[in-house]
Amino acid sequence: MSDAALNRLIDRVQSARAAHAPLAIRGGGTKDFYGETPRGEPLAMGELRGITSYEPTELVVTARAGTPLADLEAALAEQSQCLAFEPPRFAAGGTVGGMVAAGLAGPSRAAVGGARDYLLGATMLNGHCEVLSFGGQVMKNVAGYDVSRMLAGSLGILGPILEVSLKVLPIQPARATLRFEWAQAKALSQLNSWAGQPLPIQASAWWSDMLVLRLAGAAAAVESAQRVLGGELIAAATADGFWTGLRDQKDEFFATAAKAVHAGATLWRFAVAQTAPPLQADGDQLIEWGGGQRWLVSTAPAAAMRALAQAAGGHATAFRGAKTGGVFTALSPVLQRIHRHLKGAFDPEHLFNPGRLYPDL
Amino acid sequence: MSTAPEPLDHADEQAHRTRRQAEVVSALAALLPAHALLWRREETVPYECDGLTAYRQAPLVVALPETEAQVAAVLKACHALDVPVVARGAGTGLSGGALPHKLGVTMSLAKFNRIVKLDPLARTAVVQCGVRNLAISEAAAPHGLYYAPDPSSQIACTIGGNVAENAGGVHCLKYGLTLHNVMQVRGYTIEGEAVTFGSEALDAPGLDLLCVVIGSEGMLAVITEVTVKLLPRPRLARCVMASFDDIRKAGDAVAAIIAAGIIPAGLEMMDKPMTAAVEDYVHAGYDLEAAAILLCEADGTPEEVDEEIGRMRELLSRSGATRLEVSRDEAQRLKFWSGRKNAFPASGRISPDYMCMDSTIPRKRLADILLAIQQMEVKYRLRCCNVFHAGDGNLHPLILFDANSADELQRAELFGADILETSVALGGTVTGEHGVGIEKLSSMCVQFSPEERSQMLRLKAAFDATGLLNPGKVIPTLQRCAEYGKMHVRKGLLPFPELERF
Repeated sequence: MSDAALNRLIDRVQSARAAHAPLAIRGGGTKDFYGETPRGEPLAMGELRGITSYEPTELVVTARAGTPLADLEAALAEQSQCLAFEPPRFAAGGTVGGMVAAGLAGPSRAAVGGARDYLLGATMLNGHCEVLSFGGQVMKNVAGYDVSRMLAGSLGILGPILEVSLKVLPIQPARATLRFEWAQAKALSQLNSWAGQPLPIQASAWWSDMLVLRLAGAAAAVESAQRVLGGELIAAATADGFWTGLRDQKDEFFATAAKAVHAGATLWRFAVAQTAPPLQADGDQLIEWGGGQRWLVSTAPAAAMRALAQAAGGHATAFRGAKTGGVFTALSPVLQRIHRHLKGAFDPEHLFNPGRLYPDL
Repeated sequence: MSTAPEPLDHADEQAHRTRRQAEVVSALAALLPAHALLWRREETVPYECDGLTAYRQAPLVVALPETEAQVAAVLKACHALDVPVVARGAGTGLSGGALPHKLGVTMSLAKFNRIVKLDPLARTAVVQCGVRNLAISEAAAPHGLYYAPDPSSQIACTIGGNVAENAGGVHCLKYGLTLHNVMQVRGYTIEGEAVTFGSEALDAPGLDLLCVVIGSEGMLAVITEVTVKLLPRPRLARCVMASFDDIRKAGDAVAAIIAAGIIPAGLEMMDKPMTAAVEDYVHAGYDLEAAAILLCEADGTPEEVDEEIGRMRELLSRSGATRLEVSRDEAQRLKFWSGRKNAFPASGRISPDYMCMDSTIPRKRLADILLAIQQMEVKYRLRCCNVFHAGDGNLHPLILFDANSADELQRAELFGADILETSVALGGTVTGEHGVGIEKLSSMCVQFSPEERSQMLRLKAAFDATGLLNPGKVIPTLQRCAEYGKMHVRKGLLPFPELERF
């Protein structure tokens, strides 16, 4: 890492600390909409950029937080490798640090894991302006608490991420996309029953009585699964466009949702048990992750959405749109206390991203 | 840490301990049935150590709660009395994580051994913490499912212990560690409050606390119930056994397989001394001439396995394998693995004692560390056999010694510390899957800076303000590191220094 860029960043944080002026950590600004409203002066991470090390045979890449995600993905693609969890790119310019801090994952999440599962190590700055490294660049590491993985999805409240090491995987040699015309209940039950069999199902999406499946793996495995599953084979180019659109939330469902959000509705993200029955709610629904992630456009009150999520074994996030009623599901009193103490343990003066995850953190 | 101040004089110390014991026994006797509370010396002997038998300590009291209400009540009482609590599963841990505290309660969770619910459609099992690792896969087998992490001790070790250590196994390159296969844990804080980390969904609101709780060696909460993911059992698994006349060629073969885009289900290496020891024990027909043997497994559908085995064979030949054998059937596959799985008992037969190390290094450094270990054998005048989870760079050097000789024990400890510090200098970590416990406290001083260690201690305090859960493990105090006197090896933002000895 360029020491000059790091030193400037530390100076900036030190003066903010001296002035008791909170900072809003900012990479590419592509996820400003996500979480509670950012507060504080922007702390620009863009200068800390570049891939520190990448060795394809180690399946590990280390990059500074401000590295454009597009640069990282291009470097991996040259070696036929990828970030298996398909982080969404809502707009051009997103960074590696922002990807980790948001902790979001794309269509393959249920099959391959999320951002935290691929995070092997991280270097961060805490509220005492100390540069700390946790985890490492190796696959197995149980030395001390796994602080680095906890940074995934932390929305910066523990401190800015400076550098991360990620596990990468080879791009699967073969892919196929199949389509079925099925109602929601049938699609959900079939998805769960398939997931219990050794089939190379890597992603799924159900919308508007249509189930789409992506198979990925060794050519032989994909071919034999196609024979077992049936359905209509979608042409590769069409299929790739669909999955990219879904991953980046640019496809028809999300485009329609954006219009509704503009008109005052909320786009809700439900993370629920994969086997949860169809959510009984009005509004358009898109289901991903084998039933585990469900998107719903609604004008219903937040409390009603949260009750629905709880009954389905999960939680609901006001992903886009109105934030009244809180963006994230409230924690139990014990977890609230632990969160407050953790914030104090890393950032006692509430310098970093105050209120971005929960109002009191 | 705020346990009661300890008098310095030995007689005073004994008197203090006796007084404390009476206090704790009297408080817990009101909460537990008589048979669930042990404190007489002869009753507590089995709890004096875990799998790391070189370290022993008599616990003040052993509590064996049978219900969650009892767990909560015991924790509340210990919190009120300011008594440390050490949670314990099957006691198979290899780093002394369950070593008792001399003024603390050892809480054995052995009675929590029930599979609460197995949902084949959701592919999850809700199990109590004392359920054995292998018992989960056995219960899931009729549904064509299994629990993937398979530490070598899986016949005996419990899921609660696996969560405490973030246990791995031979298949974690492809299927992940405990962390990747657990959705939710339920347990109690030191205050005796019920707490749930994770959820039935693929994520949970707030910070991902499951990441720090898993692998926290019982220092953040006492876990009583775990929800694990079950995976569909692959239709077929086959294994290639390859011999190499040079360790470096074997290391390069591992890199070549990964570079070709293959993630084997298992990728293990044994060196020549280890091969000799296990062949003598299991008679599996290992190649005794080889400098290194690789076991390379493919699983999946029959078509997929054929394709992958073919590619692996070709890559291994091209990397200079001197002998190649592919398992014909399940019996032969298990035979190939029998030696690897029995590396520890086989070492026990050729030496009075052995010390098992557990560091991880970047894969490309395999040959470097092996050659360094060969030099250390000369330096410390002790033999060492090596088995590796080669796919993920996790080493298990087994240092052979005789504990009856104080000098040999000391040399073995120095040998072990040298391996760990060399691993950190090569860009690795002091423990890949066995945990820090009590054994690797000093090595943590080398891996983490004082600021990083302080941050971890503050993290613990965020969960356990009084510092009563398993105190003295995992994170060394600043004072201990100062006394150890070895430098922290920088990592992360600065390029790590190459050690001069290479």
